[in-house]
Amino acid sequence: MVEKGTSLLKMMEISVAEAEKRTGKNAVNMQETYTVYLIETSVEHIIWTNPVPDSLWRRYSEFELLRNYLLVTYPFSVVPPLPEKRAEFVWHKLSADNMDPDFVERRRVGLENFLLRVASHPDLSSDKIFYSFLTEENGWKETVFETGFQAKADSRLKALNATFRVKNPDKRFAEMKHYGDELQSVISQLLRVRARAADRLYGVYKVHGNYGRVFSEWSAIEKEMGDGLQSAGHHMDAYAASVDDILEEEEHYADQLKEYLFYADALRAVCRKHELTQYELEMAAQDLTSKKQQREELATGTIRTFSLKGMTSKLFGQETPEQREAKLKMLETQIEEGEELVKERNAECEEFVKSAWVDIERFKEQKDHDLREALISYAIMQISMCKKGIQVWNNAKECFSKM
Amino acid sequence: MSAMSAGAPRSLASSGQKSIQDILHPLSAEESALNPGSAAEKDLILPNGTPVDTSSPASSSSLLNRLQLDDDLDGETRDLFVTVDDPKKHVSTMETYITYRVCTKTTRTEFDLPEYSVRRRYQDFDWLRNKLEESQPTHLIPPLPEKFVMKGVVDRFSEEFVETRRKALDKFLKRVADHPVLSFNEHFNAFLSAKDLNKRQGLALLTKMGESVKYVTGGYKLRARPVEFAAMGDYLDLFTQKLGTIDRIAQRIIKEQSEFLMELREYGPVYSSWSSFEEDLHDPLEGVSGCMSNCSSALEELTEDMSEDFLPVLREYVLYIESMKNVLKKRDQVQAEYETKLEAVVFREDKKTPVPTDVEKCQDRVECFNADLKADWDRWENNKRQDFRQLLTGMADKNIQYYEKCLAAWESLIPVLQDKQEAEGETS
Repeated sequence: MVEKGTSLLKMMEISVAEAEKRTGKNAVNMQETYTVYLIETSVEHIIWTNPVPDSLWRRYSEFELLRNYLLVTYPFSVVPPLPEKRAEFVWHKLSADNMDPDFVERRRVGLENFLLRVASHPDLSSDKIFYSFLTEENGWKETVFETGFQAKADSRLKALNATFRVKNPDKRFAEMKHYGDELQSVISQLLRVRARAADRLYGVYKVHGNYGRVFSEWSAIEKEMGDGLQSAGHHMDAYAASVDDILEEEEHYADQLKEYLFYADALRAVCRKHELTQYELEMAAQDLTSKKQQREELATGTIRTFSLKGMTSKLFGQETPEQREAKLKMLETQIEEGEELVKERNAECEEFVKSAWVDIERFKEQKDHDLREALISYAIMQISMCKKGIQVWNNAKECFSKM
Repeated sequence: MSAMSAGAPRSLASSGQKSIQDILHPLSAEESALNPGSAAEKDLILPNGTPVDTSSPASSSSLLNRLQLDDDLDGETRDLFVTVDDPKKHVSTMETYITYRVCTKTTRTEFDLPEYSVRRRYQDFDWLRNKLEESQPTHLIPPLPEKFVMKGVVDRFSEEFVETRRKALDKFLKRVADHPVLSFNEHFNAFLSAKDLNKRQGLALLTKMGESVKYVTGGYKLRARPVEFAAMGDYLDLFTQKLGTIDRIAQRIIKEQSEFLMELREYGPVYSSWSSFEEDLHDPLEGVSGCMSNCSSALEELTEDMSEDFLPVLREYVLYIESMKNVLKKRDQVQAEYETKLEAVVFREDKKTPVPTDVEKCQDRVECFNADLKADWDRWENNKRQDFRQLLTGMADKNIQYYEKCLAAWESLIPVLQDKQEAEGETS
């Protein structure tokens, strides 16, 4: 329905409008409570100006399924991440409970963001499974499994976790992988310290609330000073209360950082995949070389490579010319096949490098833009916080001066 | 006063037939011009001819109270100006300490010269305050900054600490100088004028009132504190409580801010290390790091200021209130002695003999003490109001300055963050 290369988002509006709690029986027939999210889509019509949006409900696990499918099907793409499964890097007043309404709300925003990212990706947005995720409520899960991606998923996971050494990796990918590692490490650190700082900031503001109470009590035993003290106390209460909004806004900044923390993982996965394809190419090439060598030895009669067959023939006597002929023929076939394989794998490798690098460059630009925006909005938040602080203390100062 | 006064208490000397407005301030310079002899004798004489014994604070302050003069002398009638400045460090083999210059300008005849400049150290101020408390027990003596500072916690020779102390010492002397009775105290005079403060001089200069109050033993029990003094006592108790709470809150805030500062100090540098492996984002990230560093410094200043300027003043007041409660207790003692002796006299056999002078002297003391205390209480209330207005506005100011510094830092960062975008906008 969508041409490759254009983004779905240009033709369709997508949003995750609501979240709802549901209860039902799970796979092991036990009662469970879970949250579903309402996905609304509306396609631009030439005729109708205000189309009624289509909508369907999806759970987080279905989003996960979609993403896993995309990871396997588009290994050369930096696949957008989902919002975190469990609340992490929380400062203590914020709930780590998945059922907490604030967490659910932040997740809703994160899921919408995920869909928008996929829908604006040049390759991912034209995917059929993605389209049906947005439009077909029933039977979507079966459709996904029918693609047989599960088998590929398992082998992919295995490959990603395996250790192997690549002799000639593309330098750019090696650098990108290193960048991904560093990015992940630094953002984790940032989120950790930020959470601790948020905790402390909360304490500073809240303790000022105690001034409110003591000024009130003190004003009761004063004559002329009473009024000024009492009103100043109110301002101290307002100051203490203002921290809740401040920290809620900051949580949004943390979410933006988290997205790129998880993006770093996706980036690393692409680099790993490159290593894998490169490795398989190198393995095939190595195998071909060794087979060619064997043929040469067999043809010239010299044994350069050690082989058990060679040893046994030495011990038990040389093979007959017919046996040698048969072996040579087998080797020739194998060499032919091997050369095909190397050609195939080489093409795969080149293809992968080309596509992956395009998407990595796209990702780099997106990352630079998004993070810069995030920093700007963070600075704006801090400015707003400072201005509020100045206002409150000026108000208090006025009250004090009237004491 | 006790309801059992069978004999009418002897009233004090009256100011005569003149209206209050027409009577010159007995301590003003003009008075001594009218009575040329008095200047030399250092004795002031009332308009009606009664000599005023200025060495006895009791009579002069009660006189003032009856004349209902405003205790706050404005610039025109003020004749004594004192300042504390120019702190200097002195290093000797035994110790290192700070001295302050105390400058005096005066037209008072009690002083030999019109100007003085002496150097005094904290010990000397402490000595003065003790002497004032001893010799003027019916008055409220202004507070000194705290004596003891924990070595290692506070740097006694840092500019900030010395300046805070100097301001407090200056306020102390100014309050004494503005007090109509304390400012005439001979210990105060010696403090301001003597080249070397011989601290043993003290004993000889104890005033009559001081002597009399000193001899009041704790053996007498007071039936009931008069309402107005009971109200003072109650107020002081409650006020001390509130000050204690405020002290705890302020300390807690400083602690939380310090812990926040610690996290900030770790937070900022992470942005810096991030910038080291970014290209396009290098400058913005580095900028954020620098900005946080500025905010950290501003926060550090705030907590230091609160520690150095705010907390000490609270603690001075708590000590001050303690000394005031002691004055109230002494007053109770003087009253108790009077009531006990009066009771004994009331039930004496011979009702015809006049009230013994001993009892009359007690009554005198009670009335004087009460008058002094009431006058000083009003002055204290005024000063307290000023002090706390200043203290709390100061606290608000410090917080405003902190936020203003942070605001400036973040606002100057915005163009750095937006930099590339503008360039992109131009080329696109």
